[in-house]
Amino acid sequence: MAHLIDYEMKKSQSSRFIRHLGSLVIGSIIMFLSSASNAQLVIEITKGASKPVPIALVPFGWDGDGQPPADIAAIVRSDLVGSSRFDVLDGEMLPALPTRGVEVDFDNWRRVAVNYLVVGELAREGDEYSLRFQVFDVYGARQVVADRLIVPAVDLREAGHRVADVVFEAVTGIKGVFATRVAYVSVTRSGNQQTYRLIMADADGNNERPFVESDEPIMSPVWSPDGRSIAYVSFESGQAAVYVQTLRTGSRRKVSARAGVNNAPSWSPDGRNLALTLSDADGNLDVYVLKLIGNKLTRITSRRSIETEPTWSADGKTLYFTSDRGGAPQIYRAPANGDGEPERVTFEGIYNARPRVSPDGRWLAMVHNDRGRFRVAVQSLENDSFQVLSDGALDESPSFAPNSAQIIYATRRAGRGVLETVSVDGQVSGRVKSVGSDVREPAWSPFRP
Amino acid sequence: MRSNIQFLAVLAVSVALVACGGNRTLPPSDSGSIYGEDEVADNNADSSSAAGSGIRSTGLDDDLAGSTTADTLIIYFDYDKSEVRPEYVDLLATHARRLAADGRQQLRLEGHGDERGSREYNIGLGERRAQAVRRLLLIQGASSAQISTVSYGEERPAAFGSTESDYEKNRRVELSYRR
Repeated sequence: MAHLIDYEMKKSQSSRFIRHLGSLVIGSIIMFLSSASNAQLVIEITKGASKPVPIALVPFGWDGDGQPPADIAAIVRSDLVGSSRFDVLDGEMLPALPTRGVEVDFDNWRRVAVNYLVVGELAREGDEYSLRFQVFDVYGARQVVADRLIVPAVDLREAGHRVADVVFEAVTGIKGVFATRVAYVSVTRSGNQQTYRLIMADADGNNERPFVESDEPIMSPVWSPDGRSIAYVSFESGQAAVYVQTLRTGSRRKVSARAGVNNAPSWSPDGRNLALTLSDADGNLDVYVLKLIGNKLTRITSRRSIETEPTWSADGKTLYFTSDRGGAPQIYRAPANGDGEPERVTFEGIYNARPRVSPDGRWLAMVHNDRGRFRVAVQSLENDSFQVLSDGALDESPSFAPNSAQIIYATRRAGRGVLETVSVDGQVSGRVKSVGSDVREPAWSPFRP
Repeated sequence: MRSNIQFLAVLAVSVALVACGGNRTLPPSDSGSIYGEDEVADNNADSSSAAGSGIRSTGLDDDLAGSTTADTLIIYFDYDKSEVRPEYVDLLATHARRLAADGRQQLRLEGHGDERGSREYNIGLGERRAQAVRRLLLIQGASSAQISTVSYGEERPAAFGSTESDYEKNRRVELSYRR
């Protein structure tokens, strides 16, 4: 029997409580234009030599009694450094310690050769906190973006990630994903007894919270498009069944427990349907679409081969899935309304499986057998160009960040499952901190509302 | 009756193979009593379960050839394959006979795979293996109502390493009786 760990999802609630008070100094149109031009510049550099952008991060001021309740600049710094796209100047190297724009002397910052400067201040505001920050283009001597957030005490960490997201987007032109979350499966073993947990953590690996626990396997977690629920497969009844669990309340619904296989759920972009894999009396796996309200089932494939791992195109009109109808697994696509013949999509190598489409619709990520090693690869859905992104031997379960720029995937290092990230262009890669256990099957959350 | 004759033929051949095959120590079957319901050895290392008959299970020397615990039998598969290896045909015939002889017997087949490749595709491979075993049992007299299948893919490994030998132990179907 699985235990549902019923914790209060303060994080998802909090997005409603962190209120934006808008930019302090300059109108939003100017901010938008300047960040767009910066974006072009930086994207060029990244594609060439993956050169990090020099940026100065000044410790945030604190307006209140005693010590500040959080080191916001440290959270921002950790996010920016972890992205590999920034060269962060801080600590002793800082020529001055301004906390607001009027105190900034751009000559100081040109002398230490940083392109950008971040300053800010945290202040007590009743029961909550006010977090004000500004990002400056040092050579252009202008403010790029600024905002003020009202933050409940429990959400200070998330507020730091949100500042990092704003800085990241202002400099790279790509939406930041530091304030997003990742769900994954962890396994701990003692003797022959394994415990499977479904866990959620912040995108940086901190703040791990298990929300399902079972002695039987749990697999294939996927987020609902609104980020409020997760669908997954649990074997707790002795058979595979697909469950949908609401994160905030912990309540869940068994949405498919037919005889045989009930696996590989994937949410449609409109949140109304789950694509999934079911088997017939002969154990033959095919892809179906289940309407979540009314339980209407539409069959997508009808083959004697293994048809599984469905995932939706960004516009919700097409399903991509794995099929070994040609003798070995390759990725195919078919209309999501069940009305039309599947066509083969991948032709590189002898094994391509577990497709995922990027939220912007441009990329197809998959598990690719690269001369005996299983690796994450992407294929452009615009021109079919194909690139292997990871370098392990057992890399699997790629999942796109909501900004479509990064992929998180599972691999094995020193006999343990770990999570790693790679940028879609293959230039930047990183590892997600994991605590103790064997982890696998990461699923990156959508953006928070 | 016809399936019975086929079954006898399969058994006769397999007995002959065992007799001259050296260390595949399936239960000796020099008496006709092997066809009696109670005597059907389920290859149990614990010989007490076969007590009362003249048949005694000695287990198998090679742990990849059918290791057993309690009332569970395991058969192993080649990489990326779901065909039942010839060496298991006689064992499965024995189990088909047991099922056919007693309609109350319920057999659960759990299909498993090694860790290579994607997890959900491996669920498909595990199911394919369980179905291959199921089909062999059905054509030899078991009824479909007696057999259930489940695929765990690579989620419940028997061996936890990433060597070829671990993989061999993980590509398997476990047969367990529940009644």
